[in-house]
Amino acid sequence: MTTSADEAENIDATAAPQAEAVAEFDQQHSTLQRVQHFLHQIPAAVPLIVLVLSIIVFGLLLGSKFFSPFALTLILQQVAIVGITAAAQSLVILTAGIDLSVGAMMVFSSVLMGQFTFRYGIPAEIAIGLGLMAGTVMGVINGVLVAFMRLPPFIVTLGTWQIYLAANYLYSANETIRAQEIEEHAAALQFFGLSFRIGGAVFTYGVVLMLVLVFGLAYALRQTAWGRHVYAVGDDKDAAELSGVQTKRVLVSVYALSGLICALAGWVLIGRIGSVSPTSGQLANIEAITAVVIGGISLFGGRGSILGTLCGALIVGVFSLGLRMAGTDPQWTYLLIGMLIIVAVAIDQWIRKVSV
Amino acid sequence: MTKLLSISALALAASTAGAAAQDIGACLITKTDTNPFFVKMKEGATAKAEELGINLKSYAGKIDGDHESQVAAIETCIADGAKGILLTASDTSSIVSSVQQARDAGILVIALDTPLNPIDAADATFATDNFLAGELIGKWAAAKLGDDAADAKIAMLDLGVSQPTVGVLRDQGFLQGFGIELGDPNKWGDEDDPRIVGNDVTAGNEEGGRRAMENLLAKDPMINVVYTINEPAAAGAYEALKAIGREEDVIIVSVDGGCPGVQNVADGVIGATSQQYPLDMAALGIEAIAQYAADGTLPQPTEGKDFFDTGVALVTGEPVDGVDSITVEEGMDLCWG
Repeated sequence: MTTSADEAENIDATAAPQAEAVAEFDQQHSTLQRVQHFLHQIPAAVPLIVLVLSIIVFGLLLGSKFFSPFALTLILQQVAIVGITAAAQSLVILTAGIDLSVGAMMVFSSVLMGQFTFRYGIPAEIAIGLGLMAGTVMGVINGVLVAFMRLPPFIVTLGTWQIYLAANYLYSANETIRAQEIEEHAAALQFFGLSFRIGGAVFTYGVVLMLVLVFGLAYALRQTAWGRHVYAVGDDKDAAELSGVQTKRVLVSVYALSGLICALAGWVLIGRIGSVSPTSGQLANIEAITAVVIGGISLFGGRGSILGTLCGALIVGVFSLGLRMAGTDPQWTYLLIGMLIIVAVAIDQWIRKVSV
Repeated sequence: MTKLLSISALALAASTAGAAAQDIGACLITKTDTNPFFVKMKEGATAKAEELGINLKSYAGKIDGDHESQVAAIETCIADGAKGILLTASDTSSIVSSVQQARDAGILVIALDTPLNPIDAADATFATDNFLAGELIGKWAAAKLGDDAADAKIAMLDLGVSQPTVGVLRDQGFLQGFGIELGDPNKWGDEDDPRIVGNDVTAGNEEGGRRAMENLLAKDPMINVVYTINEPAAAGAYEALKAIGREEDVIIVSVDGGCPGVQNVADGVIGATSQQYPLDMAALGIEAIAQYAADGTLPQPTEGKDFFDTGVALVTGEPVDGVDSITVEEGMDLCWG
């Protein structure tokens, strides 16, 4: 990555300031360590590099069929739901938590939107609003249990995952609302399934929502006090509390936002599959965690970027579509994704050493 | 005194006879208790059990594929001293050892809907002829295309990577019905007919159906025949076709006969579907357990088959020559879910 000339220059450059420095940590400067330092500063770099590489590899293997605006935007459409739930998951994992209930909140919210419209005749727009509120309330329940009852997030969401999912089945009686009925009577429910074209590229509004959401959250996390507090809570909760961060409030806000985002994902889900089906999204929690981990967000909290999560979701999407187009058995996708997860965590551990 | 004794003896006999009927325990173990197919199955079993005075307990996995819960349910039934188990296995091979334990304990085990692997691991199988169900939609699709069947482009939307028997049978039946030479009939995906664009898995729901259809369309956008493992997957595939404006010129066929699916046949989303009858499977299963408890008779398979066939019918609004079918209205009357 670095030429020897660069290296020489660098040694010169470091030699000079060291002479006038008042107090400085002893810095080591092997190429590997500089890479490590670079990755530490820009956590989205690893997944971005992997993403670009995988697109190039599949592009070379499959040619214009894969490397076309249509196929590439198809990947965006396919990862929209995972991408959105993974954004919610990222927020929670940044606080050193985990939210196993994202898929359940998503599918229950979508079922509530559908059933409110068709069972009670509530106008779709209001039913959607109620569904979004329901998602937020589910998130608040998670948040309160974690922040105020001081229960471990894993345990809390392990419980609420099953509670929300069971409530979803019980309430819906596992009844599917067909796409044709929704189209006729409540088109607003399918809003995020609508698409527009730019050349050969096809974007759904669901994709737009995912991108807006991810970039919006990335901004909020970097530039606002709330965002810095989220990182602080994840990095060291006690230290954050001592320095005046209202950690409980931050935690509840994160889980509530996670619930709201999952409800939005539920709305997008209706657009994507056309119908309202209570059996959807059963693996969304695992897929979201996968995207987050491959995206380089540390499961130990306080490190990583939500843009990395987007890359993580896209990597999974590229692998899935690429391997399918190459005609391989779907098992290979799972195998490679599994390997990516382990490599991602290994890289995360390695990068962490720089900060110790 | 003797009179009193005989009366009490009679009363005792009567009460034990009553208790005996209630003592016949049966278990129904399904993949989930939320899928309308299994809800219907439970309905059929419960009604028949009440009629025959059998004490029925129902168990189910948490999600489709939840093998552990089913094993635990079988163990519970053995401990409970049940006379018979009706089982819809999530994992048709792995469940075999647990089923053997139950049979060793003298329990009649009947596989419902999904044959075990091997099929004779259970005392009997009450199921739809899934191969025939596939064959019917395959024949229908080929007849519908007419001469164009010779250069059809077919997408195969299967159930899961583990290739459960029910998915394999329907897939292979469809191909045979369509006139495509099979490879190993015990697995899908090994055929080399160029008309098959590819296989993908759907998990039998809308989301998976859409994704699988998109993947195969990316491979070949000119697909014109779509086989789907069930109607939710078909609904998802339809959404993918609609997104690229090809919903009108592609034939989608499916299997199940659930009410939303039959409604989709009426609306032209699905061209034809093979309908199965879960309520009958369960009711017949309970009757077989009652029979076995009474005199030890084992249920017999349908002649010429290695299972008891509970029937299948092709539902379509556009009948073709040479393939028997029932109308959408008839299908609606018999649908489940």
